[in-house]
Amino acid sequence: MNMAIISALAIWGLGWFVNARLAASHAAQNPAVRLLVPAIFGLTLLIMWEMLVRMLGISPIILPAPSAIADRFGNSLPMLWADFEQTIIKGAMTGYIIGAVCAFGVAILADRSDFLTRGILPVGGFMAALPIVGIAPIFVKWLGSDWQSKAAVVAVMVFFPILVNIVAGLRDTSAMQRDLMRTYGAGYWQTLFKLRLPAAMPFIFNGLKIATTLALIGAIVAEFFGSPTVGMGFRISTSVGRLALDMVWAEIVVAAIAGSTIYGAVAWIEGRVTFWHPSQRK
Amino acid sequence: MKSLVPILTIVGAILLIWVLAVVPMNMHLTADQAQRDGLAVSPETPAERQGYSGLGLSIANPALVGLTYTLDRPRLPSPHQVAGEMWETIALRNITSRQSLVYHGWVTLSATLLGFAIGTTLGILLAVGIVHNRAMDMSVMPWAIASQTIPILALAPMIIVMMGSIGIQGLLPKAVISAYLSFFPVVVGMVKGLRSPDAMQMDLLRTYYASSAQAFWKLRLPASLPYLFASFKIGISAALVGAIVAELPTGARAGFGARMLVGDQYGQPLVTWAALFAAAITAAVLVGLFAAMERLTLRRMGMAQA
Repeated sequence: MNMAIISALAIWGLGWFVNARLAASHAAQNPAVRLLVPAIFGLTLLIMWEMLVRMLGISPIILPAPSAIADRFGNSLPMLWADFEQTIIKGAMTGYIIGAVCAFGVAILADRSDFLTRGILPVGGFMAALPIVGIAPIFVKWLGSDWQSKAAVVAVMVFFPILVNIVAGLRDTSAMQRDLMRTYGAGYWQTLFKLRLPAAMPFIFNGLKIATTLALIGAIVAEFFGSPTVGMGFRISTSVGRLALDMVWAEIVVAAIAGSTIYGAVAWIEGRVTFWHPSQRK
Repeated sequence: MKSLVPILTIVGAILLIWVLAVVPMNMHLTADQAQRDGLAVSPETPAERQGYSGLGLSIANPALVGLTYTLDRPRLPSPHQVAGEMWETIALRNITSRQSLVYHGWVTLSATLLGFAIGTTLGILLAVGIVHNRAMDMSVMPWAIASQTIPILALAPMIIVMMGSIGIQGLLPKAVISAYLSFFPVVVGMVKGLRSPDAMQMDLLRTYYASSAQAFWKLRLPASLPYLFASFKIGISAALVGAIVAELPTGARAGFGARMLVGDQYGQPLVTWAALFAAAITAAVLVGLFAAMERLTLRRMGMAQA
């Protein structure tokens, strides 16, 4: 027992010592070192986890070792892929796209009227703070337990943050810029496409980025309320029931990879679209 | 206050759409019920009615439209039914009764608040460490930022089981989930806030020969408050969602999440809807409370944005 804790602390100390030296050294500005330091930190935690689980003999129904999780991950790739397809691609992505398109449509419609914009901003902001994921049981009842109900939950969840950001973004041009467009004789639509939409892009992408995580949460949590026998939320809740925690962790690894990949993809597109914005300068 | 009329218009429009949607959503159920009660229904067998959309059936049976608002177990309850159910379970029941939404609300709220307190305290401490220690900044910060892109809520069912199998049950597992959901937004916001004083302000303190502790208490901490409050507002609603979701997959017997599940499993949509709205109101009150505190604090400090 003591041995285990002492050696875990030794690993921690070692990892910390290396990181402290790296952070204090001249190489700290080097991009490779900036990646290396968090990687060492993560690795230190993983090794400590593995050691403590093995040396203390912690039961796998409480906390499986990282090696056991990796093993399970490697052995269940087809199943994990099917779950990924069901939950992320069919549920989350479909809902995300529907929600984003609807938000865009409503924002453009409301944009013509200052009255509506002033109503939509506070109401949308308010809705975005609510626990919307609670509508999942209702949608599962209405649309059945397959991916359609998950897509609907996701669409409602992502709708409000995206809507608020688009509406706020469309208001983000100065009177001077709009006057310039008017002196050019530009109509409403020309001003919209050539000035106001491009100016709104940083806001829009902010909303889209917030919504990626929400979409995954919605799709996974909605499956806790009923799903076909495939899907990440289904797998998590049934594996928890069977105390197969290595499977749960494997699904969480998939969720983490999917989440950061989708977020990264949106951020990459943002970099392409808003290359002119100060925040994108290298 | 000049936004009040537009806000009410939007809310009114949403309510109107809801009220109108009740008719087609409930029409099939209403028609079945009406037939059992011996009323005339235009396509006479349920099988024929399946071929109609809700809207088509409503047009074929205008006499039944009023009845769609009075079903006991509607597909879509109308606003007045939800309001009635909420009034009954909030105001008319003894608050210690299992029927009372106040009781269930307190179960969820206590876990939320405990978890939020733990999560924000740890988050602020970690942020202070990150700002003052370069190694900590470089090791931890990328993970804290990455955690924002991951659906960490998916860990919830496992935490309940994990803590259950080492004998911890009840409030604490839910609070742990609320804590880690509110933890990361607070870390990220607080680090940004503690770093918000610009180089000129830090230089001024250096010319005063201020120690780093003095710089922290007199400049960094006050400057971080707007960021902290923004994180609080995100954190508290995340904590509430965490506590509700924590009640779902484990068959908890009390709490908003449990009420939603009960309504779902026993075919009582009004229970689900009332719990959903009560949870939404709770979230709104919590966020509103922090917004009010934010306004008050920032105004006292002369930082209120116009």
